[in-house]
Amino acid sequence: MSDKTDVWQGTLALMVLKTLESMGPLHGYGIARRIEQTSGDLLSLNYGTLYPALLRLEQEGAIASEWGQSENNRRAKFYSLTRAGHRQLHKETQSWEQTTAILARFLAPSEES
Amino acid sequence: MKQIRAWLLRMFGVVPRQRQEQDFSDELASHLQMHIDDNLQAGMSPAEARHDALRKLGGLERTKQAHRERRTLPLLETVLQDIHYALRQLRRSPGFTITAILMLSLGIGASVAIFAFVDAALIKPLPYADPMRLVDVAEHGAAFPRSNLSYEDFRDWQRLNKVFTSIEAYNGTGYLLTTPSGVEPVAAARVTDGFFRTLGVHPILGRDFYSGEDQPNAPATTILPYSTWQHRFGGRKDILGQTVSLDGNPTTIVGVLPQDFQFAPRGNAEFWTTTRKLTNCEQRRSCHNLFAIGRLKDGVSLEKAQTEMAAIAKQLEIQYPGSNRDQGATLAMLSELIVGTIRPILLVLLAGAILLLVIACVNVASLLLVRSESRRREFAVRGALGASPSRLIRQFITEGLVLVSIGAIIGLAAGDGAMHILLGLVSKDMLSSMPYLSRLTFNSHVLLFAAIVSLVAAAIFSLTPALRLPLSSMRSALNDGDRGAAGTLWRRLGSNLVVLELSIAVVLLVGAGLLGKSLYRLLHVDLAFEPSHLSTLYVSIPRSSYPKDEEVVVVTRKILARVSTLPGVTSAAATSVLPTSGNGNTDWIRVVGHPFHGEHNEVNERDVSVDYFKTLKARLLRGRIFTEQEDRTRPRVAIINKAFADKYFPGEDPIGKKYGGGDLKPDSIKEVIGIVDNIRESSLDGDIWPAEYKPYNQDSDTFTAIVVRTSGDDKSLLPALASAVHQVDPGIGTLDPQTMQQRIDGSPAAYLHRSAAWLVGGFAVLALILGVVGLYSVIAYSVSQRTREIGVRMALGAARGSVYKLILKEAGLLTIVGIVAGILCSIASAALLGKLLFGTHSWDLQTLSGVALLLGAAALLASFIPAHRAATIDPVEALRAE
Repeated sequence: MSDKTDVWQGTLALMVLKTLESMGPLHGYGIARRIEQTSGDLLSLNYGTLYPALLRLEQEGAIASEWGQSENNRRAKFYSLTRAGHRQLHKETQSWEQTTAILARFLAPSEES
Repeated sequence: MKQIRAWLLRMFGVVPRQRQEQDFSDELASHLQMHIDDNLQAGMSPAEARHDALRKLGGLERTKQAHRERRTLPLLETVLQDIHYALRQLRRSPGFTITAILMLSLGIGASVAIFAFVDAALIKPLPYADPMRLVDVAEHGAAFPRSNLSYEDFRDWQRLNKVFTSIEAYNGTGYLLTTPSGVEPVAAARVTDGFFRTLGVHPILGRDFYSGEDQPNAPATTILPYSTWQHRFGGRKDILGQTVSLDGNPTTIVGVLPQDFQFAPRGNAEFWTTTRKLTNCEQRRSCHNLFAIGRLKDGVSLEKAQTEMAAIAKQLEIQYPGSNRDQGATLAMLSELIVGTIRPILLVLLAGAILLLVIACVNVASLLLVRSESRRREFAVRGALGASPSRLIRQFITEGLVLVSIGAIIGLAAGDGAMHILLGLVSKDMLSSMPYLSRLTFNSHVLLFAAIVSLVAAAIFSLTPALRLPLSSMRSALNDGDRGAAGTLWRRLGSNLVVLELSIAVVLLVGAGLLGKSLYRLLHVDLAFEPSHLSTLYVSIPRSSYPKDEEVVVVTRKILARVSTLPGVTSAAATSVLPTSGNGNTDWIRVVGHPFHGEHNEVNERDVSVDYFKTLKARLLRGRIFTEQEDRTRPRVAIINKAFADKYFPGEDPIGKKYGGGDLKPDSIKEVIGIVDNIRESSLDGDIWPAEYKPYNQDSDTFTAIVVRTSGDDKSLLPALASAVHQVDPGIGTLDPQTMQQRIDGSPAAYLHRSAAWLVGGFAVLALILGVVGLYSVIAYSVSQRTREIGVRMALGAARGSVYKLILKEAGLLTIVGIVAGILCSIASAALLGKLLFGTHSWDLQTLSGVALLLGAAALLASFIPAHRAATIDPVEALRAE
């Protein structure tokens, strides 16, 4: 457990958006599992924290929700990306890449020296 | 943007909670189910699978709570909870709630309605450019502090002054307007050319009078007020350049004034024309018929302007000693002229309404105090269960706010209604002299006032019980027996509140009593004539048809003869001015053979027909009445009133004596042939002036009033009166048919006194009720708190009579303190009323003792009920109950 990283707020939203973009409409449990899988099980995700994040994204209009049938024929609430969500994902991806690039440059020399 | 969206959603999320809660429960259930399915597939035991799923979720309730908090705004939610709880509390005690809300909305409604009037009349600036620089300019004579200005004096003032950027004159006049259905007398105003420019008013259609349009060679033009344009010309744009016939003269319409234009001194004018055609009066310096407005130059104060104008008047006095002796200049703010008379009334009414509001608030506050007493345990329990003190205080504040909000909403609605009812009660004539009342609206000022009032009330209501919140002694409050100390404290505070209420009620009652007495005195003022069964009508005889004075006399005589034949008519007469219209239309006289130093001896001048005194049933004290034969060919004669005789013929017999104008020109000399009683020519609250009555045969008027005494109903005669005049000549205009009694009752003096008396009376009655209810609740509460004490006393042998005495003594003390304080306050505040009283002193003993008795009796009744309850307490029951 100790080598797993906790998810902090801002990044969780970005992960949710990216997941929904690549996977299409998905329920909360599915999103949680997918994030864990994608991270190569390096992330320790408290599934419960996912739901306020989903609610917030929905309130902001980035995602929409609808009840539907899961692959196992279970009733589940499916989340999908809205057009605003696509835009937000695009913007946040860029900003994240920029941040990591800056950080990478910042950290790189100390490794070299 | 998206934050706002989210915030709004969260705000609305507060409302449909149940469904969302269920929705999320379902979502979590499906989440867990899917997780458990996967875990089972991975080979876990069912129990293990469920445990793992819950663990990964991080707890079911915690997740729900986090979701809930994200869903709504937590603070808003607790506030809503408070409101919800407050509403439930209020619903649980409907008696208290209804009483409190009723009192509050009554107080707020009354004060808001009165404030709207105050706002329309006194707060909103007059609709002119920079109205604070506009000044009313007039002369003052020996008898009139503000008298009309003579035309020639005005022109000199205009030329010589250096304090005004402009000064313009105006006066009221009347025209016979030719309409398709015949002639119709209309009220109008004449102004000098720059009048509207001085006010800073621009026509919305057409143009203003150009400079020089008031000169004799200018064409006849008129500017219409908006209402005339709408009502007489259907608001048509093409009326510019059209002509109307005013007194038979074609007059071109050149402009239309804005809808919000108003000029109270000439509020009823339907046409505005220029002074291009000077009247006879305006060609003599000694004749005064105008008023003026001036716009002060920047940096010139009213005092400075007054000094300069007085100096100019002095200069003219030296230059023209014959006409200008004692004629000074008097200046005042134009706003003072317009709202000066109504200000004291409105302020008294506002004070009354606010006092009523204070009583209402005090009453509600004491009700809240009683409730907070009985809720001590409830709050102690909530505190013990973990509610923080701030949350408990917030609960009080919320309850106060909820009460006030409901009260304010109902109060605003009631105020709006009251405003319109009150405005509807104002007669049309009064409204035209107070055009600013037409601006009465529910505007931001009124709402601001209501908001301030509500906030103050809310603060009082939330703080009073909050102060009493037993924060420190929470535990002792839980102890049922404890109430002695709290009871005493409440009794002291409550008693003070009741004394305050009772004294306010006394102040209002005394005010209403004094105003009522003034009104009575005013309506029963000595008229020296019999006002019942008199029908009156003004007639306007067109000069175009009757150019000579003799012809006017003849047609007037014809009218009187025609009117006399109407059924029920016992006599008919004409007069130039009806009694009770007010002092004015004066003559300056000089008694032949008496010392004279050029002073202005002003007397009311009335031209009347032979039967005038008989028709009015006015007493002839000495001498004789003139005859129909005394016309222009005979020596001039006059009848004078008693005041005239007393003032100018002290200690001599006036009959046979002669007087004339200041210069004693032969044609002004008249012989006194009779003395009549002091017929009230002045307004009801005015002074009796010397008056002369001249035969209309010797001095006729084209605008005259017909007075008819009938044995039948004076009101139903009015239409016949007008048609009788039109039978003589349809070209004669008739105006303003009213009975004499209607004129007296509807006169501005009676009107203002009556409205003030009724409104303050209404406030006083409400205050009395509220005050007595307040007293009742304090005494009743006190009795309920002292049940055990009384039980003990009775068990120890106290008689019922002594219990009555105990309670009544408590109530009596409060009442006496309240009445005494109230009477002291009303004497102190009498200065405010002083201007409104007529024939009544502010310390009128009758009123004061009447009020004291009334309130004393009401208070006795209010305290008798709880006293009776106390006296009938069964000691055994009382002791067991505790």
